[in-house]
Amino acid sequence: MFDAPGSSPEQAFGVGELTTLVKQALEGGFPPLWVKGEVSGFKRHTNGHWYFSLKDASGQLPCVVWARDTRRIPAPPDEGMAVFARGQLTVYPAQGKLQFMVDALDAEGEGLWKKAFDALKATLDAEGLTDPARKRRLPRFPRTVAVITSLDGAARRDIEAVIRRRHPGVDLVLIGAVVQGEGAPASLVAALDRLASWGGADVAIIGRGGGSREDLWCFNDESVARAIAACPIPIISAVGHEIDVTIADLVADLRAATPSVAAEHAVPILAEVQEQLRRLGGRLADALEDRVVTERRALHTQRERFTLRATRMVERRRARVQQVAGRLDALSPVATLTRGFAVARDAEGRTLTTRSAFAVGATFDLLVQDGRVRARTESTHDDAPHLPSRA
Amino acid sequence: MSFEQTLARLEQIASSLDRDDLPLEEALRLFEEGIAKLREANAALGEAEGTVQRLIEDAAGVLKLEEEA
Repeated sequence: MFDAPGSSPEQAFGVGELTTLVKQALEGGFPPLWVKGEVSGFKRHTNGHWYFSLKDASGQLPCVVWARDTRRIPAPPDEGMAVFARGQLTVYPAQGKLQFMVDALDAEGEGLWKKAFDALKATLDAEGLTDPARKRRLPRFPRTVAVITSLDGAARRDIEAVIRRRHPGVDLVLIGAVVQGEGAPASLVAALDRLASWGGADVAIIGRGGGSREDLWCFNDESVARAIAACPIPIISAVGHEIDVTIADLVADLRAATPSVAAEHAVPILAEVQEQLRRLGGRLADALEDRVVTERRALHTQRERFTLRATRMVERRRARVQQVAGRLDALSPVATLTRGFAVARDAEGRTLTTRSAFAVGATFDLLVQDGRVRARTESTHDDAPHLPSRA
Repeated sequence: MSFEQTLARLEQIASSLDRDDLPLEEALRLFEEGIAKLREANAALGEAEGTVQRLIEDAAGVLKLEEEA
């Protein structure tokens, strides 16, 4: 063993050689593991890596989170925060420093997830994107419903079944998206973009079935939230179960507790719509019938009044005619003639009313009640002893 | 006119017809319009079975609908 590496100045290790050996020994001796401690001296490097130490009363462990791993961690930890970190223990040979390479990090309790959620919600709140006044009313009778979810997921089948049961005539357009894992936010945003540029849907459901907090996390992504808020088509969010509230729910026009509930909100029940139409038809017919009855009654009343008035008018006219006829009768020469008087007229039809009108020897006519008598003037006299007085 | 608008118009017509002060000629005109709208609405509901399609983007970035198997 006297010539074993490091046993004599002649066998001395190079520094790099030794640190590499230590690194290998450490990595071989410690599989990936969880460590708990308090965060101290957190720094975010410009290259995207995070540096901090985990501490407790008796020890300190330098940690690094590589930039690509920070993406899976919802938010950077706060100073002094009690966290759990999973990683690989190693040595950083360039500085001969013990280093814990963290690839998963979470705080106790709701921890970093809640922190990230609250931070994004505050941002969106400040921009007004979660304002209830921004929420659009859903169309009551959509023809086409778009569904953004995994094409093989349970959510898609649930939504399809509920919509078919309620309203078989509605068209469904599926827009496939990855709904969990690292690529999910970009995939959801792409699906929302497609929905917007196609423009053929009246309403859209975006969501997925239940899963772990990590599975649902893409619905708490800022880019997804902004794409939902910017979408020109009303959006119903339906993520997981009743208890799962996501940022997507806050910016969507309606939050449904589950995908099935979203489908119920999206389309009406056909039979109910048909019933509504029947009732409306009934109202129209009833109203018109009432109107016809009213008009007929009014017409009847008018006719009665008209008949009554016409009858009265005719009677009044008849009475007047009779009255006038009576007076005419009294004035008529015919009546006088029936009383025994006669009217004398010359050949021209002039009535001869004075003695001087009668020329001796001339003929004239005497009108009596039943005709004419041709007469001749014998003589005229100024006495008229038998003439009745005019009074 | 969307189905929703048609339905709203029908409600409006029914309410107008309930009023007695509407001139008879106007009432008849509204009734005829109402019947036409009802027919329209029923026809819209009676349309064939709804389809299920997928919205996909082809290699050239063009959006198209594809029948879902």
